[in-house]
Amino acid sequence: MTDYIIEVENLVKKFGDLIAVNDISFKVAHGEIFGFLGPNGAGKTTTINILCTLLRPTSGQATINGFDVVHQQSQVRQSIGLVFQDPSLDERLSGLQNMRFHALVYNVPALVREQRIEEMLRMMQLWDKRHHEVRTYSGGMKRRLELARGLLHRPKVLFLDEPTLGLDPQTRNRIWEYILDLRQREGVTIFLTTHYMDEAQKADRLAVIDYGRLIAMDTPEKLKRMVGKDIISVKTADNDNAAEVIRLRYQTEIRRDGNELIFSVTNGEEFLPKFIRAFDIKIQSISLRRPSLDDVFLKLTGREIRQEDVRSTFKAMVRQYGRRQRR
Amino acid sequence: MNNLRGIYTIWYRDIIRFWRDRMRLVGAITLPLLFLFVFGPGLSTRMGLLGPGIDFAKFIFPGIIGMTVLMSSFMAGVSVVWDREYGFLREVLVAPISRVSVVIGKALGAATVALLQGMIIMLFAPLIGISLSVGTMLALLPLMFLLAISMGSLGVLLATYIRSIEAFQAVMQMLMFPMVFLSGVFFPLEGLPSWMDVLVKLNPATYGIAPIRQVVLGVPPEFSVLGHTMTLWENITVVAVVGTVVILMAMWSFGHQE
Repeated sequence: MTDYIIEVENLVKKFGDLIAVNDISFKVAHGEIFGFLGPNGAGKTTTINILCTLLRPTSGQATINGFDVVHQQSQVRQSIGLVFQDPSLDERLSGLQNMRFHALVYNVPALVREQRIEEMLRMMQLWDKRHHEVRTYSGGMKRRLELARGLLHRPKVLFLDEPTLGLDPQTRNRIWEYILDLRQREGVTIFLTTHYMDEAQKADRLAVIDYGRLIAMDTPEKLKRMVGKDIISVKTADNDNAAEVIRLRYQTEIRRDGNELIFSVTNGEEFLPKFIRAFDIKIQSISLRRPSLDDVFLKLTGREIRQEDVRSTFKAMVRQYGRRQRR
Repeated sequence: MNNLRGIYTIWYRDIIRFWRDRMRLVGAITLPLLFLFVFGPGLSTRMGLLGPGIDFAKFIFPGIIGMTVLMSSFMAGVSVVWDREYGFLREVLVAPISRVSVVIGKALGAATVALLQGMIIMLFAPLIGISLSVGTMLALLPLMFLLAISMGSLGVLLATYIRSIEAFQAVMQMLMFPMVFLSGVFFPLEGLPSWMDVLVKLNPATYGIAPIRQVVLGVPPEFSVLGHTMTLWENITVVAVVGTVVILMAMWSFGHQE
């Protein structure tokens, strides 16, 4: 047994001319929460699909739990649990029947099957609703059922592909409580993709990917320290003039976001009062914040992660190429 | 062992789903019953006998059994398209069971439901004036099953290529009705216009309907291919071979989708 539960080396996936995953390598340790952070269409889901044997890589290697994802598919599948971005439940069956189906195909021993199903459903607080058809469940309940199901066969790695996409903040928090609790109880390794920054924050380590490339990999704290400085946003009566003044006076780069000017400084708390006192153009609002993962992403790629217009076109292209390749 | 478990689970789910949706059964046998009790008797009075003691209503009865089985099993492929649309197919595809067992489980599920519907139609025999012995009924089961599993596999095969439910239903209509109408469900296969004769004999359903009719009505083989009169077992062999090829194609195609 190696020290790493997931090992990926020089992974490449092409759809026609499009390179969805471009030479990615990384390792994930046992029990780690490892996050893939990037905009839609960056190659996160493609990578997950390769790791869970749904797609074949164009080149490169990947092993999970020591099994090769191309040549030992059955063992890989037995080792992993999945919660997909889009629901993958049988809505016409009850929650319990969905669980039983899963238990059967994953060969959960008959002796512990029912007990294990009950345990999981109770943990996700779905036991009372177990006989209801899944189509009557709310979005949060469905996601919880998928989590319960994904864990039923005691996987070594749980893949969570945008686990809380489209859920309201309250439900997202609840789901996260469950996930963190799971790691405690089951010691399962969690592989997460997300484009929510607050979610990425919960990972032990993050890989930032963009256009199929892995552009940084570290703990969220260290990534944020890369940006280093504190960030000031200011709105003034005359932004053009103000930008000029700030640039000359503080020798710093300024970015515009809507009608705000944004620049970074060291030691923001002390900077702020001095700045306000010395500034002659009328300030309408001003704020100071610590660097966030958004800033990390911005610094690494020169774009904000939420600029999704271009990216979703890219994603649509990936999908289309995927379909074409199928023919 | 793994494969058997996979096949069983896939099959079992389809049966549960069918059972939860029993009303579908009523819909599925409405058309066959209309043919049996409205279309058949309506034409019978004008048509005279098509064989010794066999009027039109009796003639089409075994054909209608075959049609019911064929349509039901063929259309069951839609469940694969449905599963893809609703995401459940991913759960199946990442499970540690082989794609081959998924295809067999699906085809068996389709065949089971189709067989059940065929048996219900079979029970209407006395109302048409046909008496079926227990032996005859038991002999019909494997014939219906063979037709069902072949058509079920064809449905699954098509479903691996067709991604939308609407498109699947359109293709079904385009394929299924010609198959039914050109298979001898509604008329004897002698003296047909030559273009039709060719199509009838290229249609695998023809070879599935003929043995059912032979067993139900106890009549001799009714049609010949290239001057050779097809016996019961030859018909069965044709269906079995076509069925085997189709299910192998379905396995291949299903195993290669991404």
